[in-house]
Amino acid sequence: MFEKSRYLAEKEVKEKKFKNTLGVVSFILFLPAICIILWLFIKGAPALSWDFLLTNPRDGMTAGGIFPTIVGTFWLVIISVLVSCPLGVVAAIYLSEYAQDNKLNRLIRLAILNLAGVPSIVHALFGLGAFVLFLNIGTSILAASLTLAVMNLPVIITATLESLKSVPQSYREASWNVGASKLQTIRYIVLPNSFPGILTGLVFSVGRSAGETAAILFTGVAFYLPFLPQTVFDQCMSLSMHLFTISTQVVGVPESYTYATALVLILLILSVNSVSIALRYYFRTKRKW
Amino acid sequence: MMNKIEIKNLSLSYGNKTIIQDLSMNIRQNEIFAIIGPANSGKSSLLKAVNRMTDFNNEVQIKGDILLDGESIYKDEDSTHLRRRIGMVSPLPVGLPMSIRENVTYAPRMAGCKDKNELNSILEDCLKKAALWDEVKDRLDHLATKLSGGQQQRLTIARALSHHPEVLCLDEFSIAIDPVTTMKIEEVLMQLKKNMTIVMVTNVINQAKRLGDRTAMMLHGEIIDMNDNSRLFNGEVKDSRTKDYIEGLFG
Repeated sequence: MFEKSRYLAEKEVKEKKFKNTLGVVSFILFLPAICIILWLFIKGAPALSWDFLLTNPRDGMTAGGIFPTIVGTFWLVIISVLVSCPLGVVAAIYLSEYAQDNKLNRLIRLAILNLAGVPSIVHALFGLGAFVLFLNIGTSILAASLTLAVMNLPVIITATLESLKSVPQSYREASWNVGASKLQTIRYIVLPNSFPGILTGLVFSVGRSAGETAAILFTGVAFYLPFLPQTVFDQCMSLSMHLFTISTQVVGVPESYTYATALVLILLILSVNSVSIALRYYFRTKRKW
Repeated sequence: MMNKIEIKNLSLSYGNKTIIQDLSMNIRQNEIFAIIGPANSGKSSLLKAVNRMTDFNNEVQIKGDILLDGESIYKDEDSTHLRRRIGMVSPLPVGLPMSIRENVTYAPRMAGCKDKNELNSILEDCLKKAALWDEVKDRLDHLATKLSGGQQQRLTIARALSHHPEVLCLDEFSIAIDPVTTMKIEEVLMQLKKNMTIVMVTNVINQAKRLGDRTAMMLHGEIIDMNDNSRLFNGEVKDSRTKDYIEGLFG
C-alpha cells in the first residue's frame, strides 16, 4: 500500500543530494572565518595582556601596547555614528514614507546605491578634498569621522529602508483611516515596528567603521602619536591603521605583537556584531505580528 | 431630508484605467445607504474617495467634487481632519501591532485625548458596539494581532467608531464574521444611524435589503440604479441588470 513508486524514490534521492550539497557549500563558507580567528588566537594570544591593552607603544612601535589605537578607534567610531545615524535614518524615512516616485527621487536612490559601491580609498580622497581642505577642518578625528560617516550612510539608509518596508502597508492605511496624520503614523506605527531592523543596521555599520583603514588614511589618522587626542580637532591613532603600519612599515616588530593587534581588532568587531545578533534575537521574541 | 454627502460628477482612475465615471449621487443624513454590485465595479474606490484615502496613492486621478455638509472635502490640503469625521472599516481586518486597548483608543489618542477615564469609557463602549467586549474584556492588554480574523474585523469596527465619526463607511464588514455576530452588529448599526450616516458596501444582497434605507447598484463605475429599499427590492428597477443581480442571475 505504501510502496513508493520509482519516480518518488528517485525524487527522494535527488532531494537528499541537493540538501547535502547545500550543506557542504555552507560549511565551506563558514570555514575561512573560523580559520582566521583560530589562527589569530594561536599566534596572538600569548602576547595579549592588560599591559598590551593599556600602555603606549614603545621603542619605535616594536614593543609596548596599543592603548592609543583603541582610544582612537572609539573616537572615530562614536563620532561617525553620531553623524551618520540621524542623517541616514532621516533620509530613509523621507525616501520611504514621503518621497513620490519621480525622477529626482529615483536619482537620489541611484546615488545612494552608487555611493555604496565606491571604494573606500576614493572616499578617503573625497574626505581629504571636502573636509580637510575645502571645509578647512584639517587632518583630525572630525574629518576622518565625517569621511567614515559618508561611507556608512548608504549602509544605514539601505538597512533603514528595508526595515521600514517590512512594516506592512496595511498598518499605515489602518492608522491613516482613523485620522492619524502621516507624522503620527510614522511615530507610533512605523518606527516602533521597524526599530529592531534599524538598530541592527546601525550596529553593523559600527563594526564596519571600526575595521576601516583606507577611508581614514589621509583624513585624520597618524602613524604614531605620543599623546592621546583631547578634542575632535586632534589627530588620533587607530587599530586598523596601526596594524597596517606595524605589519608593513616598521622593521623589527615581533610577530606575536602584530597578531595580537589583529586579534584585538577582530574581537572588537566580533563583539559589536554579537551585540547586533543578540539585539535581533531579543526583538524577534518581542515581535508583535 | 438633508444631504450629508453630495457626490458631483466624480470620475476616478488608476493610471489609464477608469474606475468610476462621472458619478453623481446624494447620501442623506442619518440613513443607511447600501451599495451593491459585482466585483470591480468601483464600490471600494468610491468609499476611498469619500475619506480621501486616495491621497496616498499617486496613481489615482480624481475629477469632480464631493461635498460633506455642503462643503468640498478637497477644500483643505490636509485630509487628516476629514478622516476623523469619517469612520472607515476596510474589508481586510487589520489589528495594529499593539494591545487591544491601544488599538481602540488609538484614534482618540491621536486626536489629543489624554484623559484615562474618557479613553476607558470609549474602549468599553466601542467594543460593546462591535460585539467584541464579552470575548476580550479579560485580556484588553493582549496583542490585537493575535486575535482571530473575525475578532480583528470587529476590532476594526470598534476602532472606526472610536473617534465618533459623523459618517461610517463599511466595506464588506461581515465577510469574516459568523452570522450570529453579524446580526448583533447589524442591530447596533440600526441604533447608530440615529446619530450618524452609514454608507455600506456589501456583497450580501440580503444585508443591503435588511439594513439599508436606500440601495444603489453599481456596475462598471456607474450607478445604474438607486432607489428606496422598499421599491428597489420590490421590482421597481430602472435597469433590468439590477433585477438580475438581485435575483442572483449574474454577478
